[in-house]
Amino acid sequence: MAAAAAAGPSPGSGPGDSPEGPEGEAPERRRKAHGMLKLYYGLSEGEAAGRPAGPDPLDPTDLNGAHFDPEVYLDKLRRECPLAQLMDSETDMVRQIRALDSDMQTLVYENYNKFISATDTIRKMKNDFRKMEDEMDRLATNMAVITDFSARISATLQDRHERITKLAGVHALLRKLQFLFELPSRLTKCVELGAYGQAVRYQGRAQAVLQQYQHLPSFRAIQDDCRVITARLAQQLRQRFREGGSGAPEQAECVELLLALGEPAEELCEEFLAHARGRLEKELRSLEAELGPSPPAPDVLEFTDHGGSGFVGGLCQVAAAYQELFAAQGPAGAEKLAAFARELGSRYFALVERRLAQEQGGGDNSLLVRALDRFHRRLRAPGALLAAAGLADAATEIVERVARERLGHHLQGLRAAFLGCLTDVRQALAAPRVAGKEGPGLAELLANVASSILSHIKASLAAVHLFTAKEVSFSNKPYFRGEFCSQGVREGLIVGFIRSMCQTAQSFCDSPGEKGGATPPALLLLLSRLCLDYETATISYILTLTDEQFLVQDQFPVTPVSTLCAEARETARRLLTHYVKVQGLVISQMLRKSVETRDWLSTLEPRNVRAVMKRVVEDTTAIDVQVGLLYEEGVRKAQSSDSSKRTFSVYSSSRQQGRYAPSYTPSAPMDTNLLSNIQKLFSERIDVFSPVEFNKVSVLTGIIKISLKTLLECVRLRTFGRFGLQQVQVDCHFLQLYLWRFVADEELVHLLLDEVVASAALRCPDPVPMEPSVVEVICERG
Amino acid sequence: MALGTGWIHIIDFDDENNIINKNVLLHQAGEIWHISASPADRGVLATCYNRTSDSKVLTCAAVWRMPKELESGSHESPDDSSSTAQTLELLCHLDNTAHGNMACVVWEPMGDGKKIISLADNHILLWDLQESSSQAVLASSASLEGKGQLKFTSGRWSPHHNCTQVATANDTTLRGWDTRSMSQIYCIENAHGQLVRDLDFNPNKQYYLASCGDDCKVKFWDTRNVTEPVKTLEEHSHWVWNVRYNHSHDQLVLTGSSDSRVILSNMVSISSEPFGHLVDDDDISDQEDHRSEEKSKEPLQDNVIATYEEHEDSVYAVDWSSADPWLFASLSYDGRLVINRVPRALKYHILL
Repeated sequence: MAAAAAAGPSPGSGPGDSPEGPEGEAPERRRKAHGMLKLYYGLSEGEAAGRPAGPDPLDPTDLNGAHFDPEVYLDKLRRECPLAQLMDSETDMVRQIRALDSDMQTLVYENYNKFISATDTIRKMKNDFRKMEDEMDRLATNMAVITDFSARISATLQDRHERITKLAGVHALLRKLQFLFELPSRLTKCVELGAYGQAVRYQGRAQAVLQQYQHLPSFRAIQDDCRVITARLAQQLRQRFREGGSGAPEQAECVELLLALGEPAEELCEEFLAHARGRLEKELRSLEAELGPSPPAPDVLEFTDHGGSGFVGGLCQVAAAYQELFAAQGPAGAEKLAAFARELGSRYFALVERRLAQEQGGGDNSLLVRALDRFHRRLRAPGALLAAAGLADAATEIVERVARERLGHHLQGLRAAFLGCLTDVRQALAAPRVAGKEGPGLAELLANVASSILSHIKASLAAVHLFTAKEVSFSNKPYFRGEFCSQGVREGLIVGFIRSMCQTAQSFCDSPGEKGGATPPALLLLLSRLCLDYETATISYILTLTDEQFLVQDQFPVTPVSTLCAEARETARRLLTHYVKVQGLVISQMLRKSVETRDWLSTLEPRNVRAVMKRVVEDTTAIDVQVGLLYEEGVRKAQSSDSSKRTFSVYSSSRQQGRYAPSYTPSAPMDTNLLSNIQKLFSERIDVFSPVEFNKVSVLTGIIKISLKTLLECVRLRTFGRFGLQQVQVDCHFLQLYLWRFVADEELVHLLLDEVVASAALRCPDPVPMEPSVVEVICERG
Repeated sequence: MALGTGWIHIIDFDDENNIINKNVLLHQAGEIWHISASPADRGVLATCYNRTSDSKVLTCAAVWRMPKELESGSHESPDDSSSTAQTLELLCHLDNTAHGNMACVVWEPMGDGKKIISLADNHILLWDLQESSSQAVLASSASLEGKGQLKFTSGRWSPHHNCTQVATANDTTLRGWDTRSMSQIYCIENAHGQLVRDLDFNPNKQYYLASCGDDCKVKFWDTRNVTEPVKTLEEHSHWVWNVRYNHSHDQLVLTGSSDSRVILSNMVSISSEPFGHLVDDDDISDQEDHRSEEKSKEPLQDNVIATYEEHEDSVYAVDWSSADPWLFASLSYDGRLVINRVPRALKYHILL
């Protein structure tokens, strides 16, 4: 909408129609009023309010424009607008004019008081200014008088002032000259007194002047004198420097003075380092002496302390002084220092490593860790100072190496402890039983071994844990945060130990002395139980403990608990199987000897059960007790009735008839065997050396299976007389009476014993079996 | 051939028609414990047998001749099973009165059937058969001295070194003997954890020897290094009674055990053909196009080829056929004889 015109400057707008509708709102109108004022003060509307200059300011038809021409505007209206619009314009215009008038009146009323007070103020100011004008006039005259006086005084003093200035200048010059003339003697005196620093300062001050005026003979003489003295000074300084008796700070001072005297820095740098080397080498020698071949050597902590304060401190001082003195040398100088530090550092490290190697066998980790900590901490300072020499890295490497060796040492220690435990167990097992006093039981031994190993592991973990303690300066190195924890401790130490334990245990299984003499069977049993316990609980406990203590934070793959458990279980299984084999072999040998050495053809009618069978039952009972100490009972097949009452009628009836009828005629060889074959078809095949389960019944079953199968095979190789067969019958019945209770499935014992008697019958030319009742009587008699 | 109490069964297996023929010969002298056939004369065999007299059992050895008509393999089968059994003709006794029980007799392999070795208790006896085997003369002997009652259990005559070596087993020890001087040439103490039951020489690799025993293991030895076995198999679950190398493809090893199983193993890595059978280029026939790719196959791993569980009781004897290298037989306690073939796939793999 076009801004409705303020009709102020166009009173003669006439009754022309206003083109706009009556839309003048209050803020719009106020702005219009301001616009008028601004117009009055020569400000264009646009620039005052920053309003977007909508219409062209030069447009004569713009009511608000500066170039408004009422005639043109009216013309334009009359020409362009219809009557109605003209009428509207006119009413609008009139309304606006009225509004403006009332606005102006309001403004005047509002500001009336202000106008009046302004008029008063202006009047008062007029009066005051008049008074001030008078006083200013008076001030001007006074000033003129003062100026006059001042000029006169200056004129009188001018002359003297100039003379004084000149005199002062001469005095200064003379003093300088005097200093110059006295310089040689002063220098001499300084040199004599040893105040080298003073001398060098004097020399420095005079140097430039003498240089400048050296064309004057007198100055030249002075300069020459000075030079001689300075040379002497330098000589003395060097002398002192070379003597080297004084400490590093004094040497540094000497070097600093010499540098100020303009001696060549390169050479000084070399010499400085050479002296430093001498001093540090002395330190190293003393360290080496401590290392000495005969060790009344101080402990490792003391050693690293000496090394730290003596050598590393010295190196620090040298490095600091060097950097201060020869900073101007640039990278070449720094390189020289780095090489120097590297060389000496490596010798120092070699010494430290020798010392640490001596410590390797020792048991005290805390001392070692503290020593390493000091060693590492001391080297961090020069490490920062001499980054290029890489001493800190080398030190960290040494610490890491020592830590690794330490882990290895602990692993060895654990292994040795385990072997020690085993030896103890062997001794305990081998110790002859004192009558009346029973040695420690297997369960007790097992508990001892387990707790002793566990405590060893814990002690090792605690010892190794020192390496990662927060207060130790190297514990935040990446190696100690990551690899050390996971690969070193967890994998290397703990997993490694458990593995080696399993291996050691397994090695008992394949020991060459398979005859059973090498390893006491009880040890096998105990180890098997130990491994089984590890599988069920201990491994996960130890690993959890380790993981908690050493928060493993890197992504190296670690052996999962399940793998280790599987290994332990496999070991336990192998050990137990081996135990079964060994015990089975012992009984087998007994049975075999008893069958092989007897003359079965000419034996007498059986009156007794043979002693060896009683022995077998006794041994089996002993094994049962032994296994029962460590392993649970296990599951038995449900028994129908009291099996010990079972008699041996089977042999004499159905089965034997089929089997030992003379069957090897060409006519019907298969038929005769048919019965036993069919019977075997329905009984399960017996796996003699089959893997055992972790319970007592399974173990005993295994042992009895092996023994009886041996008996069977041996019987088949012999020839029996009638009474021989009857003896076998008696023996088997006896075994059956006592062995069934140990096995999982008594059917198995029956089957094998049946087989034995049947085989014996087959090997008998005169097979007349004993009456079952007689057999029972004999067996019951004992 | 199979052995029974005082009977010898000659079993003919016709491979093409899959027919089995059986002839029974009476061995009157006693029950047979060991048997071996002469390498030179197919009608001659030697047995060890038990003779029971005066409630004493003595094991003797003798050389026998089969009736002529049974020698030829292609005779008519005697269908009339009622016919009386024929009898072996005794050629000579190996006189053991001074030496004790005969455990084993072995013929000189590849010889003219004149030399025979028998093991009697702790003696090893070399016999010369003279006058067409009608007389056995003790040529030389050696005996084992030591603590306790030493007793040979088994022996084999090595086919290598001009047949001058014999290996014997007693208890857990293997010993090698030189038949010329009858002196011990090597000794493997504790070859097995328990009694050694049997042994066999690799027919193609002169120092290799297999043994088996009561520790359920089969061990392979290089007799030049007797401290360690070359290889150990532990597949059986009871005593291994027999181990036999295949006569032509020595990677095939047969074992029989009292766990009633017969196991055929493929011991490629220690055989004389570790990389498969080397075929001359001349052998290539035109239809063997894919042969080259088979040849480039990875060498076979040592493995068990097959476990034969046909027997219901302990297997006491296994052997390969001397005519067909892919055929073998096993005999168990219950008198069952099982004849098996090497799996066809493996046969072709070895051959091609």
